[in-house]
Amino acid sequence: MAAYLLRRLWQMVPTLLGVVLLVFVLFKFFGGDPAEILGGLNASPEQVASIRQQLGLDQSWWVQLGLFVKQIASFDWGRSWATNEPVARLFATRLPATLTVMLPILVLDTLLAIPIALFVATVRGSLTDRVLMIATTVALSISFLVYIIVGQYLFGFQLGWFPVQGWSDSVWTNLTVYAPLPVLLALLVGLAPQTRLYRSFFLDEVGQDYVRTARAKGLGEGLILWRHVLRNALIPILTNIGLALPGIFVGSFLIEVFFSIPGLGREVLLAVNRSDYPVIQAVTIYVAMLTMAINLLTDLLYKWVDPRVVLK
Amino acid sequence: MSAPLQRSEGVWQAAWRRFRGDRLGMVCGAVVLAFVLLIVLSALGLVAGGWQRERGVPNAPPGFVGPRAAEGAAAVAVPRGPNADLSEVDPLAPRYAEWDARAAAFRSVEVDKLQTLPLGADKLGRDVLAKAVKGTEISVFVGVMAALVATLIGTLLGAVAGFFGGRSGDLLEWLYNVFTSIPGILLIFAFAAVFGRGIGTVVLILGLTGWTGIYRLVRAEFIKHAVRDYVRAAQAIGASAASRMFRHILPNVSHVILVQLSILTVGFIKAEVILSYLGLGVPVDQVSWGTMLAEAQSELLLGHWWQLAAATLFMAVFVTAFSLLTDALRDALDPKLRGAE
Repeated sequence: MAAYLLRRLWQMVPTLLGVVLLVFVLFKFFGGDPAEILGGLNASPEQVASIRQQLGLDQSWWVQLGLFVKQIASFDWGRSWATNEPVARLFATRLPATLTVMLPILVLDTLLAIPIALFVATVRGSLTDRVLMIATTVALSISFLVYIIVGQYLFGFQLGWFPVQGWSDSVWTNLTVYAPLPVLLALLVGLAPQTRLYRSFFLDEVGQDYVRTARAKGLGEGLILWRHVLRNALIPILTNIGLALPGIFVGSFLIEVFFSIPGLGREVLLAVNRSDYPVIQAVTIYVAMLTMAINLLTDLLYKWVDPRVVLK
Repeated sequence: MSAPLQRSEGVWQAAWRRFRGDRLGMVCGAVVLAFVLLIVLSALGLVAGGWQRERGVPNAPPGFVGPRAAEGAAAVAVPRGPNADLSEVDPLAPRYAEWDARAAAFRSVEVDKLQTLPLGADKLGRDVLAKAVKGTEISVFVGVMAALVATLIGTLLGAVAGFFGGRSGDLLEWLYNVFTSIPGILLIFAFAAVFGRGIGTVVLILGLTGWTGIYRLVRAEFIKHAVRDYVRAAQAIGASAASRMFRHILPNVSHVILVQLSILTVGFIKAEVILSYLGLGVPVDQVSWGTMLAEAQSELLLGHWWQLAAATLFMAVFVTAFSLLTDALRDALDPKLRGAE
């Protein structure tokens, strides 16, 4: 186990270096000149030169790469170019809002999709199944944007069930007042494809021999589904959750933009619009690190849910 | 003498035979074909060429709703009583005659603005139907081009990684790991921050960030095919590596690529809509489903739902038909996968 962990961590090093290199090359050789962006439209050549010197832009590219790596390792990205807020503080202040919305979405999505998918898998081939599949395809072809625009208009503006948008300092108020509508809309959109996916996982299992054996020895259908099929389908489900997990840290930026939630996703989008390079770079690199860590964690969980899995 | 050998059915013929049997697939194919025709006509300027003309009154309702009831003109009370003569103190008074003479040199035409349009008008009075058609052209064009770019990159890299393996394979695997360890949307944002705006840019961004899935599949196929007998036979008669990769193996895996291409197209069309909504996509002098939805958001608050409905309807019909066509295509080209989904 320890050896496996060590080797996996060691394998992450080149990938991580690659991510750093990719971000560096992207912004260094394709992006605009930071000094020009920072200086604004009316900067004199002297000002631009002085900014360039401050940022180390007059050094050779490998010295700059070294500076970049130092920033990553020391968590010191300096300040945002647009708001002058320390970049490190951005994570601390924006991440809670994102998680307040995204965690309920992920949890509810999974908890609702599993029973529905189990049900749909048992009625496979029936009219319910076919109607559900076609409804999913049509529902998926409508942009997420439309759901938010119409949902916000209908539930927030017309019916007045929820506030149209807003955010407060109290986690409880956020969870009970401001988060429900975004969570509801995200579930509306996300549940159908999730169910469809899980249905296919369950369908792979219900044809297996062990299910027939369980039926032969007289187990009830409910027991077979919940105890046998679900357990065996956990691996692909886990993989799927593992894939979705890094996403919750960036959040659904669309939800954050529409509902004015001061989260990380909206911050990145603002940064893109303001050419605020340090923010984008920092978020990209740290979220990439997080993604790698979560992938490793998912692999370790496989072993836990299925003892047959050999980690090598 | 045995009977002459019957020529066996080619892979494409067999696929076409299976596809013809799929009624839903055929209908969807017809719908997509109709859209393609519309897009070609629009690209040639035969349809919706004047989408920027302000043909109706602002926010003119759709024809089937009927013109809006005239708003009370008496909202502001018209002042009564004699007009005060200001010519004594008006500093511009001496020049009015000169300006009138100059204005008379130009002919001004009062254009009749339509009260209703087939699908209504936006806040500038532009025809929503024409905008939706033009938007279809741009959105689908961006989606298809981006999918082509991604497929080209993915196929090329996947072929090299799968065929040669070894050092170059490791290097490409590393590149793949790097790209997949950054969540897709962040990657798109990072590229967007650097490359700026515009249709070409969106195509480039989506293409450069979206090649990983197809790379993986093509690589697996090439690993499988590279050691097959027909490829070794080709090598034995002196076919070069490039020839074996692209003349011998590629046609045998092209069905995988085609299916992936259409799956990517659907994804990229949706991505373009969102990017354009966020202002990272097509520029303001163009129209796409995304920019239409962006305008529709504020219009909806005023009760003008038609632009939202038109953009949603066009997109829903096209994407549904295209997705179902993709499913049918996959079933026809890869019968092993049927029902596996």
